Amino acid sequence: MLWLYAIAVLGPLLLGFVVGRWLERRHYASIHRREQQYMQVAVVTFEPPPPARPIRSATLAVGSVVVSVDYYKRFLAGFRLFFGGQLGSYASLLDRGRREAILRMRESAPQADVFVNARIETSSISQGEDDSTGTVEVFAYATALEYAE
Amino acid sequence: MILTNIHHVPGREIAEHYGLVQGSTIRAKHVGKDIVASLKNIVGGELGGYTELLKESRDESLQRMTVQAEEFGADAIINVRFSTSSVAQGAAEILCYGTAVKLR
Repeated sequence: MLWLYAIAVLGPLLLGFVVGRWLERRHYASIHRREQQYMQVAVVTFEPPPPARPIRSATLAVGSVVVSVDYYKRFLAGFRLFFGGQLGSYASLLDRGRREAILRMRESAPQADVFVNARIETSSISQGEDDSTGTVEVFAYATALEYAE
Repeated sequence: MILTNIHHVPGREIAEHYGLVQGSTIRAKHVGKDIVASLKNIVGGELGGYTELLKESRDESLQRMTVQAEEFGADAIINVRFSTSSVAQGAAEILCYGTAVKLR
């Protein structure tokens, strides 16, 4: 009976640790690759003065993603929430989410020359009864400008 | 319909303002997607079902806002903003609003 219980508790932990870590590494590899690819196009958080160059089009570009932490990290966070201190395991979650949302926003307007007035919004998604979320939605939006040649 | 989240439409002049337009949707998540998501939660990463759900709701609210602006005869909405608030457990409201304008 005890070993069944051990499997039920340790199984998801181990799975979360091994697979979660692998998935995260893969996700970061993809983020780095795509960030390199889009490096030439600037994303700025302000609204610049009217540029000297004429503008062909202005569109709203949006990108969003819902990401969640794995079971192992959620377990670790449980301790942290008790003792206080920095939640390192959640930091990477938010970092991944933001960077992914910004990349999707860029991908939604591949012809853009610059993204101005970029805004990022993060909201946590509650998971039913036990409210230990660990799931966030990150939403990024900006105005994509395309210069006329 | 041109949408921007800045105070103007670059390269165009604003002829007339029609004031605030808004669109919103309230969506609850789907039980089937919830089950998949709770399994996915073990290994973490993107919950594609939820991403899709929220994206659809956001598109829907943008659509409603655009319809409202069209009724005024506007051809652009400037300074568009979004806000998300959870109304009940498992349900979220997605609101977008902006200023409808006519361009010269």
